[in-house]
Parts: sequence; C-alpha cells; structure tokens
Amino acid sequence: MIEFLHSNLSYILSGISVGGQFALIAIGYTMVYGILRLINFAHGDVFMCAGLMMVYLSASMPMMMAIPLVLILTVALGFIIERVAYKPLRSAPRMSVMISAIGVSYLLQNAALYFTGGLAKVYPEIPWLSKTITIWDASTKVVTVVTPILTIVLVVLLSLLIKYTKIGMAMRAVSKDFETSELMGIKIDRVISVTFIIGSFLAAVGSMLYFTNYASVAPTSGGMPGLKCFVAAVFGGIGSIPGAVIGAFIIGICENIIKGGSSIFGIGGSGWTTFSDAFTFALLIIILVVKPTGLFGEKATDKV
Amino acid sequence: MGKKNKTELWIALVAIALVYIVVIILEQTMSPGNILFTVLKKGAIYSLVAVSMNLLNGFTGLFSLGQAGFMLIGAYTYAILTMPVAVKLSDQVYKYYDCIIHFDTGILVGLICAGIAAAVFAALIGLPVLRLKSDYLAIATLGFAEIIRAIFQWNTLGPVTNGANVMREYKDLTSVVIPIINVRIPPTLFVFIVAGLCIAFIVLLINSSYGRAFKAIRDDEIAAEAMGINLFRHKQMSFVISSFFAGISGALLAMFQYTVVASQFKSAMTYEILLIVVIGGIGSISGSCIASFLYIALSEWWLRGLDMGKFLGIDAPGIFRSGFRRFIFSIIIMVIVLFFSRGLMGDKELSFRWLAKKLRRKRSGEAAAKGGGPNA
Repeated sequence: MIEFLHSNLSYILSGISVGGQFALIAIGYTMVYGILRLINFAHGDVFMCAGLMMVYLSASMPMMMAIPLVLILTVALGFIIERVAYKPLRSAPRMSVMISAIGVSYLLQNAALYFTGGLAKVYPEIPWLSKTITIWDASTKVVTVVTPILTIVLVVLLSLLIKYTKIGMAMRAVSKDFETSELMGIKIDRVISVTFIIGSFLAAVGSMLYFTNYASVAPTSGGMPGLKCFVAAVFGGIGSIPGAVIGAFIIGICENIIKGGSSIFGIGGSGWTTFSDAFTFALLIIILVVKPTGLFGEKATDKV
Repeated sequence: MGKKNKTELWIALVAIALVYIVVIILEQTMSPGNILFTVLKKGAIYSLVAVSMNLLNGFTGLFSLGQAGFMLIGAYTYAILTMPVAVKLSDQVYKYYDCIIHFDTGILVGLICAGIAAAVFAALIGLPVLRLKSDYLAIATLGFAEIIRAIFQWNTLGPVTNGANVMREYKDLTSVVIPIINVRIPPTLFVFIVAGLCIAFIVLLINSSYGRAFKAIRDDEIAAEAMGINLFRHKQMSFVISSFFAGISGALLAMFQYTVVASQFKSAMTYEILLIVVIGGIGSISGSCIASFLYIALSEWWLRGLDMGKFLGIDAPGIFRSGFRRFIFSIIIMVIVLFFSRGLMGDKELSFRWLAKKLRRKRSGEAAAKGGGPNA
C-alpha cells in the first residue's frame, strides 16, 4: 500500500489538486441544478472565458489588478448569461432551457475561437502559485498544495452563507419548492442571480488554479472539464454541495491515476490514457443506474 | 384516407420526384467540383442524421445527445468493411498495426452493417440508459458517445480501428456502381437516394401505430402507460432505429469525406445536429431537412466571405477573419432559440395546404391592417 502510494504520489497529488479545481466548478453546476433543474452546459465555457480574460488582462496590467478584474468580469458574464438566455425561458419546458444552455455554450466557444484565432494561449504565471516545491521526492507546483486548502476554505464559507444568511435560506427554500417559495414572497429572480454569481465566482477561482497547472487556454478547454464537473455533481448527489466536492475529488484522483498508471488489470501500455475521460462517464452511468440520487442526494418523488 | 389527403400525398410525391430530377440534371450539366454539390451532399447527410435525432427528441420525447457516437460507429464500421484487403495488408493505412480483418465487402453491405453496428450498440446501452429521465438521459448518452470515441482511439484495438490514426482508402462516393449492369451512379444522386429512402422509412414509421405510441409517450408517459403502451419497449425501439440511421449517415459522411478520424465526432457535432433540429422545429421532419440544407449552405457557401475578409462587397479583413462566420452563426442560433423557439416549421410538416394557409393569413393580415388603418 505504502509502496503504491509512494510510486504514484505525484499522480495522487495532482489528482487532489485537479479534484479541488473540479470541486469549485462542480459547485456551480450543483447549485444551479438544485434551484433551476437545469444542466448549465455553458458553465464550463464560462470557466474557459475566465481563463482567456486572464490571458488578455494580465498582458496589459499588473497581476494584482488583473486577478480581481477577472473575478468581477466572470461574475458579470454569468449574471448576463442568466438574464439573457435563461430568464426569458422560465416558464418554457425544461428541454428548451437546456437547448438554450447548449446554444450559449456554442456561442461562447465560437466567440472565443474568433477572438483568439483558434490558437491555444499561454496562461500567465501567477507569481507565487507557479513556484516548484518538493514533497516526499515528488516535485510539484505550489498550486497543487494551495488548491485543496483554498477549496475547503471556500466551501466552508459557502456552507456558512447558505446556512446562516437570509439569501442562503432563500436559496434552500427555492431549491425545495420553486412555486411555494415564490408564494411566500421570496424574490426568485434575485435568488437565481445570486446563485449564478456565486457559481461564476467559484469557476473564476477554479480557472486560475486549473490553468496555472495546465499552462495554456484554448477555446475548447472548457468543454471536457465542464462535463466532468457535472458528473462530479451528479456523483455526489445533485443539489448537495459537500457531495459535489467529494465527487470532484474522487474523479480528479481516479483520472490522474489512470493517466499515469502503467498497467491496470494487467493490461499494460499507455493506452489507458485515452480512457481517462471515458472513465468519468462510465462512473456517471454506473451511479445513475445503481444509485440515481448520488452519494448525498435527497430522494425525489415524481408527482403525477 | 380522404380525397383531399390523397391529392396532398400525390403533390408531395411529385415534388419529391422533381427534386430528384433536378439533382440528376444538375449533376449531368455542371462540373462536379462545384460547391453546390458539396452543399447538396452534406445537406442530405445532415438531413438524415437530423431526422433520426428528431425521431428521438421530437417524436418520442427522449432527449438524447449520443448522435455523434453512433455516427462514429457507422463511419468506422463502413471504413473497416469496405477498405480493400490489399490496402489493409499494406502499410498505406495501417502503418503502426497489422490489420486483423482479412476481407472486404461492397458498399451496400458496408452501409447496412454500419447501421446495424450502431443499432446493436444502441440496444446494449439502451438497457441502462433508457431508464433515466430527461436531462440525466441527455448527459448519460453524451457520456456514452465519449466512451465510444475513447474505445475507437484505444491503441489496444489498433489492429481493427487503426488507433487514433486516420482511416482512408476505403470505397468513397466516386466508386458507387450498380452491380450487374456496371453503371456508375453519380455521387450526389447516390447520397440523395440513400438519405431519401431512410427518411421515407422514418416518415412511414412515425405515421404507423408505433409512431402514434411514440407521440403518446412524448406527450405523457404515465397516460401512455395506462393506455397499455409498453414504455420501455417503445423507447428502446425508437432509440435503436434512430441510432441505425445515425450509423448510416455516419457511413455516408465517411464516404463523402474520403477520410475519417475518431476525434472529429466530438460532442460539438451532436450540439450542431441538435441546433439544426431546433432551427427546423422539434417534431417536424420537413423542418429538419430544410434546416440542414440551410445550415450547410450558409456555413459552407453563403457566409464563407465572413471568414475570408470580404462579404457582400465589404472589404474588412480585420473583422472578417477566420471564425467570424461561426460567431455570427451562433448568435443567429441564440436568437432563434430565444425568440423563435418553434423554429422554421414548429411541429407542422411542409405541404401545399400549409403554404397556402400561411399566405392567406399574411394577406388577410395585410388587408386587416389596411382596413383598420383610417378608423384607428
């Protein structure tokens, strides 16, 4: 066991780090789904846009200014998307909202493709985060260690917000029952906007950590992480924040072991790397068939 | 069937026959390099896959996003089957692997096997997936499409699928020959015939008792079940048939492109097809066909200038550079999704009666506006 841990340490470390980054994105999915019952396909692309904003802004201003500006702009983007693309469809069937989300995702990707010229951009080095350190013979970047800590701090803050503030209480009420909470005088639109703002903020933080690790942003680099984070949210039980975080860590770690592992089940070769993405979806299908509510999800009853 | 419906049907058949005659004439008179043929071929292929997706999303109410995966299976099955043995054994295509398939088949067998392979796979994944509801179904089918792509790129299967490398040298559209009399079929006509037959089958299916069961499931699952419709069996059937035709359209796409590679069938492709279905109107076969031709014509032909620096005589290479076309395109799509969510046709079919009604309403609307003007 120790042997396995030691030989795979660098993969496990990067797995934990990726897991933390996924967790920050997955929270956005799980909160939106909890309230609107919508898979926000555009969330992964918001994450990518945050990465691109950082590339362009850091080229023209110091890092200390670029970071808060990226956070603000990403939040604005999330807010605008909700207002323009989802709010007009609130009474429409769920399928049309989902199609709208896919449309937004398509739009953001194509916009990014146009403005970047289709090339992957080099992500700027955030001074302190990209330094290299060594833990137990495995060298890694500072960001690897910072990510899980930052993730946990943010998640704790978010949980406190949801548990003790008025808006948090409103969120819980809306996710329990949309119509009743509206009748009780909760301003639904405000609650939904706040949800998107929190989700986009966390996605922006996640993008800074994620792209510091990967060093380049392309217009398509939002899609896969986005889908994986949605899977993480489903795995943990959609609507549950701790569930999303745990799901994201599990997916991040497993994926990195698959990527790095030399042989699995006795079949050797580097071919398993192809399956690091597929693994996530296999996990999704297994969990949906075995326990559709996820690890921590509440059982929903279908009303006729 | 009433007399009115019968004449309606005859008019439709004559119109379809006219389309085919026009295609034949065009192909005899114009040079084959003309971009019009690219649009026609690709448009017909996309029509088929859009209609097959509409069968699921629009008529059975199953929001599935696995179309690209099934097209991939079809395309690869076709390429592997029809590649001549001599090519398979040489280093031309299988550079890094020794191909273990030592036979080849004709085009027709290849096409049908492509459909069957996709259908078999759909039947297998349908067992777990079709128990899921709306958005979970969407994400699970999307996931399966990704898994399929990973499997085809896996280097352990290289001796069959050539790993992540390009497949080529299989029988393409230029080598379609009628077996006994040895006459070459022109490529565009061939695509039109195959796509047309498949779409005709889907139309017949939708108008059969199975089709009515599909629509009942779409409108209300619980009511449909209470009426004695076996939910799972009908969902499975719709899913398998839709995948069968997605597989065939994948094979046609492979024929059209001359080369095929697994990484092309990403989820973006499914989204594209879904958006075509939405533009045409969810639940309208003719809408899907019109939308595919429009979409392909716009993106491959009419809006090309947006990418090339010159559009409608305006010369602005700074703005009209690579990618602008798709950017404009996605904005148009968003406008359609938000403001015209019924698409071109809604859930109606294109027919002369429909056209006449539209015209009449427009005219009476104008008349009302004129008449009401002075008094108001």
